[in-house]
Amino acid sequence: MTRLSETGLVVIGLIVTTALIRASGPIAIGGRRLPDRATAVISMLAPALLAALVMAETFRGEGSDLTLDERALGVAGSAAVILLRGPVLPALAVAMGLTAGARAL
Amino acid sequence: MRAGARAGVPFALAAGLLAVSFGVLAEPVMGGGGALAMSAFAFAGSAQFGATAVLASGGSAVAAVVAAVLLNARYVPMGIALAPSVRGPALLRAAYGQAMIDASWAMASRGGGRFDPDFMVGATLPSYPCWVGGTAIGVFAGDLIGDPAALGLDALFPAFFLALLLGGELRSGRMAWAVAGLGAAIGLALTPVAPPGVPVIAASAAALLGLARLDPRQARDRG
Repeated sequence: MTRLSETGLVVIGLIVTTALIRASGPIAIGGRRLPDRATAVISMLAPALLAALVMAETFRGEGSDLTLDERALGVAGSAAVILLRGPVLPALAVAMGLTAGARAL
Repeated sequence: MRAGARAGVPFALAAGLLAVSFGVLAEPVMGGGGALAMSAFAFAGSAQFGATAVLASGGSAVAAVVAAVLLNARYVPMGIALAPSVRGPALLRAAYGQAMIDASWAMASRGGGRFDPDFMVGATLPSYPCWVGGTAIGVFAGDLIGDPAALGLDALFPAFFLALLLGGELRSGRMAWAVAGLGAAIGLALTPVAPPGVPVIAASAAALLGLARLDPRQARDRG
């Protein structure tokens, strides 16, 4: 198989699987009321997933290693801005600036 | 939906910058057409980066798609969470599901398991042109841009997710803090030992702590 057709397969595979995965929840359950137990868990999904995403994206290195690098500094800096009630865009700018600046040093 | 669109703009700008780095990284691996097709029709950041990384390191097409599925897997519980708030024929519900991206989903949460699907769609709308446009810039201007990491672009997404967490989700009380703490711990603990994508979906388990908040009488009567 040539590299080109492998790439084509990946692109198509990605497009199709993404659409199916995104549709699965709403199609299977749409509009129906879930039992209270399910709702209690589901209302906590966002904090769980967001926290895990922050950790994974901040500390993931090459392959699967955990890496402490300049990203952590940038993320910490943006967190400080948010905690001081600053708006999101400046916080993101701080994240980029601190990370890039620390790498430049 | 307009309120959602306004709320979605900051993330859209961040996504645009990240898309530029995707374009720069993906173009040598799959060509500009492949990169643009991924961004335009899959519109899934972490899955796109993951699949590209597998291809770049010589992995097979199957391995790349599996990586993408794992990285997209969190959309299953997210979709299940969204589902009770989405009404209408199956095709319409599937369409709402396509508008799910992490930030829009989190911002559309209204507490108690309720979501505002139209707000979510609105919040996603600005991201789409920024994502595709950013990819195009990365594909065509890659040589000018150089190394995305040097610009600190890789700190953008974690910073934004943390902003969502601190600004919104954690305001709902101590339980949310406990769940976030556990989710972070699971994510961190599993990253070195599990394939990319698995740590995040495994962290969904932290949401089970929510059961501790249930009033036992309620659960008996209606569960």
